[in-house]
Order: sequence, then structure tokens, then C-alpha cells
Amino acid sequence: MAAPCVSCGAAASYRLFLAGRVSFAREQGLWKAAAAGLQTGTRCQILRLKHSPAVTTKKNVAALRRESYTVDFIKKQIEEFNIGKRHLANMMGEDPETFTQEDIDRAITYLFPSGLFEKRARPIMKHPEEIFPKQRAIQWGEDGRPFHFLFYTGKQSYYSLMHEAYGKVLHVEERQDQLRAKGLFSEKPKTKDPIGSRWLIKEELEEMLVEKLSDQDYAQFIRLLERLSALPCDAAEEEFVGRFRRTVTVQSKKHLIEPLQYDEQGMAFSTGRGNAPWRRGKRKTANAEAVVHGHGSGKIEINGVDYLLYFPVTQDREQLMFPFHFLDRLGKHDVTCTVSGGGRSSQAGAIRLAVARALCSFITEDEVEWMRQAGLLTTDPRVRERKKPGQEGARRKFTWKKR
Amino acid sequence: MLKGMTRLVSRVHKMQKLRIRKLDPGRFLHSGTQAPQCLVAHLDNQVPTESPRAISRTLENDPAKHGEQHVGQHYNISIQELKTVFPHGLPPRFVMQVKTFNEACLMVRKPALELLHYLKNTNFAHPAVRYVLYGEKGTGKTLSLCHIIHFCAKQDWLILHIPDAHLWVKNCRDLLQSTYNKQRFDQPLEASVWLKNFKTANERFLSQIKVQDKYVWNKRESTEKGSPLAEVVEQGIMRVRNATDAVGIVLKELKRQSSLGIFRLLVAVDGVNALWGRTTLKREDKSLIAPEELALIYNLRKMVKNDWQGGAIVLTVSQTGSLFKPRKAYLPQELLGKEGFDTLDPFIPILVSNYNPKEFEACIQYYLENSWLQHEKAHTEEGKKELLFLSNRNPGLLERLCAYL
Repeated sequence: MAAPCVSCGAAASYRLFLAGRVSFAREQGLWKAAAAGLQTGTRCQILRLKHSPAVTTKKNVAALRRESYTVDFIKKQIEEFNIGKRHLANMMGEDPETFTQEDIDRAITYLFPSGLFEKRARPIMKHPEEIFPKQRAIQWGEDGRPFHFLFYTGKQSYYSLMHEAYGKVLHVEERQDQLRAKGLFSEKPKTKDPIGSRWLIKEELEEMLVEKLSDQDYAQFIRLLERLSALPCDAAEEEFVGRFRRTVTVQSKKHLIEPLQYDEQGMAFSTGRGNAPWRRGKRKTANAEAVVHGHGSGKIEINGVDYLLYFPVTQDREQLMFPFHFLDRLGKHDVTCTVSGGGRSSQAGAIRLAVARALCSFITEDEVEWMRQAGLLTTDPRVRERKKPGQEGARRKFTWKKR
Repeated sequence: MLKGMTRLVSRVHKMQKLRIRKLDPGRFLHSGTQAPQCLVAHLDNQVPTESPRAISRTLENDPAKHGEQHVGQHYNISIQELKTVFPHGLPPRFVMQVKTFNEACLMVRKPALELLHYLKNTNFAHPAVRYVLYGEKGTGKTLSLCHIIHFCAKQDWLILHIPDAHLWVKNCRDLLQSTYNKQRFDQPLEASVWLKNFKTANERFLSQIKVQDKYVWNKRESTEKGSPLAEVVEQGIMRVRNATDAVGIVLKELKRQSSLGIFRLLVAVDGVNALWGRTTLKREDKSLIAPEELALIYNLRKMVKNDWQGGAIVLTVSQTGSLFKPRKAYLPQELLGKEGFDTLDPFIPILVSNYNPKEFEACIQYYLENSWLQHEKAHTEEGKKELLFLSNRNPGLLERLCAYL
């Protein structure tokens, strides 16, 4: 990386020039592990992502508005993290040497189960590099002279990166000219995999350079990289360009639950769960289980009652109709389902989800994808919000009286 | 235009399936490719009148001649007939539909045909047979009843039609103590309204039938023996206080005299489960009134017993207007209760169910012809499938759904 930042080990020689005693209120942010078997000397650090900003007694000379951490502090955190990782591995009865981040996550969710809806508010234990934002060391020495030659441009890392990239472009073109002069030039078409990787987005680039960029800067940079990649490059240049590409997980929208049973579809005489699988659906507090038969005439039976009697409201019946109508299979299937809990609308939603999931077995992959995009296969996460004390309802406050 | 042609082609195929004898077969050849050429002539008309009509309509307007081949087709009742035969019988939504479309069309359906068959073969020497039409909500019991009534009117029967017995056991403003019997209660308003309608329906009979008893209304007025029934009815209409008694007299006389064979009597009651259910009416001291304490109900119960000859009794049980009955109840046993079921015991139950696919198609066709369905998808197959699903072929629901389109 071109930019000198705190997390980079190479910057250790710079003396950080922060305000003297910065009393970090981080102590309050630290959680002590509740599990037994911890030695008193070490603290297992399970840190929250956002904690209260440090209380600065003196104004920071570098005038960085963010919280600043000393290199030593970060190093200490890393040590503590590693020790804590080993302790955690011991606690879980696993081998400390081969304890990966996924294992850590699993262990933390096991030891500290949290019912919070917001995933980012739950307890995490990650490497300090991921938690503490990257910071820039002071860019000038004791005499006030900046280290980097492009310091006075304002965006030194960005411009140095552009400089480097352009230098590579020139280099490649020079090489091409030489080859052409020698006559060994051959037009090799560039085979670039269009799908599977993408350029860095602006936020990622900013994070990498620890600098603010404007949209035009970013666009310029991407144009330059594309120009570079269009030319026949060496392995070194490929590697350079590769640093700015990220893979796109193809089929990131893969539907996980697909125990497709392509059995005898709807033949009445086959027994048990062979032909028409029981699928579940949930909505609010209603739970439904539905069986869809392959060869039917559009009859739907809910708890033994015809759907016309069970749902006298047209809106509920329209909900039931949605999966079939979407797949154009209105009169072709029979449904038998049971539902309990919730109210009429949530029962209708639960049955709809169950029916859509059951229909997955009868249709092609593409149609499953379309259903997923239409939202037919997703459980509706909305539940009733709890009432908070000091308020009349979940959101409604008491009437405000001026006096 | 092309849409019209494709529609006509599909109609052709449908017609060939149904084998309707309306159009001469030479017109529409069996091969589908030749059909459009024949139909070119029809493209001059904006609305293709003949072929879809053949599915949903029939020209046979006499219920007596309706047979199996007419199932699913609508037949027309002229407006004058409507006024004489049904002064008060039709369900309100149907009345609105008649007003909108400017014509009254009833669909011929299997339960009604079955009943017609029985009625045609009744032996009038035997005691009157009771038929009970039952079914889930909105399946067409009341309209089937109207079909029967129309048939009987055409056959010149005397029609005693109580449009909705539930109306007599609830929401009554004025209850008077009966003049005839102190324990019972009168309902002057309902009785007078009913008498008016009865008069409109059966004008010609009222002068023929003679009363066989002397009835004294009050100190000044009385009806002599041998005077026509019309006088009793007039008395009831004019003197509202005596209306209930007039109704009672009418019922008694008709019952007595129908056995003599002068006329044939059809007793048609809609919502007969009201006679044995509960009422919501209260006395002044806020205690509930049982149905037998209402004079109208008491007399009607006597009517519905099958101890007279020379006619038939057609009844409907319905949950729609009923009091204190769960929504899903539709069987006669549930709706009538033990007492009612025992009283009505030997009866012929006739189930009225939802439309079958043919009838459903015909109903949609009828709406399309009258330009009732304005949605652009209403003509298409998908639209029909949606309607089918949403209403599950229930006539009442279908009608309500189509009202929005």
C-alpha cells in the first residue's frame, strides 16, 4: 500500500505525535468475558464496533477529527486478541493452533446468545484491524517537512497511485513499441473474464487509501486502470490491476433451501411424504403447513374447510392465488393445508409462503429464481414491535404537555 | 377485430361440444379453419350476438319447457311478468342487476330442474310434499326458488310467497298485542306490506275464492260468509291493525280450500329456519319473545305442515338472515334446529351447490355480453381462471367480484 497508515507494520518508525494524555474511555467499552476459566491477568477483548469517542484533553495538532489510536495501542490490542483467541479455543475444547475466525464467531454466538434484531449490535470478536478504523500516521517529520513528495497535492496516496499506474501504462506501451520495432509484435486479444470480478467501488478505494476521494477522481482512476488492462500486460501489471478487482459471487442469490423432491407428482396412491412434500410457512405468529398435489383442479382445503368458507375476505383469497397466478398454474394443483395462530391476514400470508415453497418442487430452476425475486419465498420478517417503557406504544409517545 | 374472431372461433368449438340446436349446423362447419370464413359476415355487427348467446342464453322463456339441455343458460323474464309474479320475491342484488341490465335473466340450473320435474309429476290428491332447498351461502337458493315460482305462476297456481321469513322475526318496530289471541303479538307493518304484495301477485284468484266463515273485525266491520277473499285482503291493507289477522285468515282459507281442487297452491317460504329459531324482538319488559308468540309465525307454521292437499311446499333454509347461527352452518339439521327439523320431518332435501364449469362459463358470458366486465383481462382465459379461483365458482361471490370489474 502506498499510504502509510497505522495498521501497516512498515510505519512503525514514525513517531506519532498525538496529544499527550488521551484518556480513552475505551475501558468502558470493553466487555469482560463472563465465562469461567479466565486468568485474571489477561482480558479477553470483545469489543463493540462503535464506542464512545475518546475524551481529548488537548486539541489534536494533526487535526484529525476521528479517534486516533497509537500504534502501540493497536499492537497491544492485537496481542490481546491473539491470547484471547487461544483462551477461547481452550474454552471450547478445540485446538488453539487451528482456531479460525469462523470458529471464533461460532463460539461467541454460543457463549453470548443475543436476541437483538440488528446483527451489527450483537457481540463480536474480530481482529483489531477490522474493528479499529485505519488511520494515517503523521505525514511530516520533526522539521515539519513532509515525507511524501506529493504531500502538498492534498491527496497524496491517490495521486501517487495514479502516477504509478500511468507509469505502468507508459512502460507497457514502450515495450510494445520495442516489440513492434523488432517485428515480434503480435496482436493478442485480451481475454478478460467480464463476469466474475468487478472494479473496486469508491468506498472500498477510499478505505484502501485512507483518503477522501471525489467521484471524478474515482472515475479517472477506473478509466486509467481499464486502459491499462486493455493493453497486453505482464504478470506484474496483472497483479497490480488485480489488486483493484473484487470477485463477484455469481449466483449470490442462490436459494438455499431446495430439497426438491421430483417424485411421483401427485399420484394419489403413493403413500406418505413421497409425492407431495409438507412445506412450512410463517408470518407473524401464524404457522402453516401445506401439501400441494400435482394433478388437481384448483381446490384448496384449509383445516378441513374449503378456502371460500375459511377466508371470506377477498384479500386473503388473493394472497392464496398469488403463487399459482405467478406461475400460471391456477387450476392445476390441489392444496391441503393446516394453519394455526395469528390472525386472518397472517394466516393467509403463512399459507401463501408454504404453498410457494411446496410449488418449488414442481417447477424449473428459473421459475424458482423468479419466485424468489418476486418475494414469494421469503419469510416476512416483520413482527410486532414491543412496547417500550415511557412510551404509550412501540413508537407513540405520550402526549407532550408544555407545562 | 382479430380478438373478436378468435373469440368466435372458441365459441364455435364450445358450441360443438354442447350441441345446441339453436343455430343450424350447416352454418358452422366442423373444421375450425373454415369457421372464420363463415363468420366474416358477422364482423359487420359490432357485437357477435349469436354464438356467445347460444352458450349463455336460451330463447325458451317458459319454465315448463326447460329441460336438461338448458342447464347453464339464462332465460328472459319480461318486466311485466316480473312485476306481477315477483312483487317482493327477488333478492335485492338481483333487483339491482335487473335494473342495470334492463332485463331479468335467470339461469337454469340443475336443482331447479329437479324440483320442476317433481312438481310436474305431483299427485294433488296426496298431501303436499315439502321440498327444502339448502346449500352454502351464495349458491343460488333464493333464485332457484324464484324460478320455481315463475313456473308455478305460468302454470296458474296460487302463489303464497314469503320472501324472507327472517324479516318477520327481527327489527320490528311496532308490536301490538294481538286482537285475536291475547298471548300473541301482531306485526301490522310487515303484515300489511305482505298483503299488498300478495294481492299484486294473485289478483285473479282473489275474486274467485270465497270465504267460508264470517269474520268480525270490530264493532262496525265484518266480512260475511261467501264474500271473496279480496275483501279480506282489502280490509287488512286498509285497517293496518287487523292486518295480521287478515293474513291469518287468508292462510287458513287457502289451506282449507286448496284441497277442494279449485286451484293449486304453492307455499314458498325463504328462510324457513326463522320460524323455529330465536327472535330479537322484546316485550316492553325486555324479555325475549319466542317465535310462536308472533301471530304471523304461528299461522305460517300451520301452513307449512303437510296436512293439506292440492299443492306443494317449497322451502329454503338460509344462514344469511338468520339469527344466532354460525356462519358455516348450511345443513337443514343445523339451521332448523331439532324442533324445526322434527316438524318438517318428511321432506325432500335438494342441495344447491356452486356453479359447475359450464355454468360458470355461461355466467361470465352473460356478464360480458351485457358489458358488465370492463377490465381488459376479463375476456382472456387467465382472467377467467382468476375469477374462478377467487370466487370458487360461488354465484353470489362471483356477482360481487364482477361488480368491481
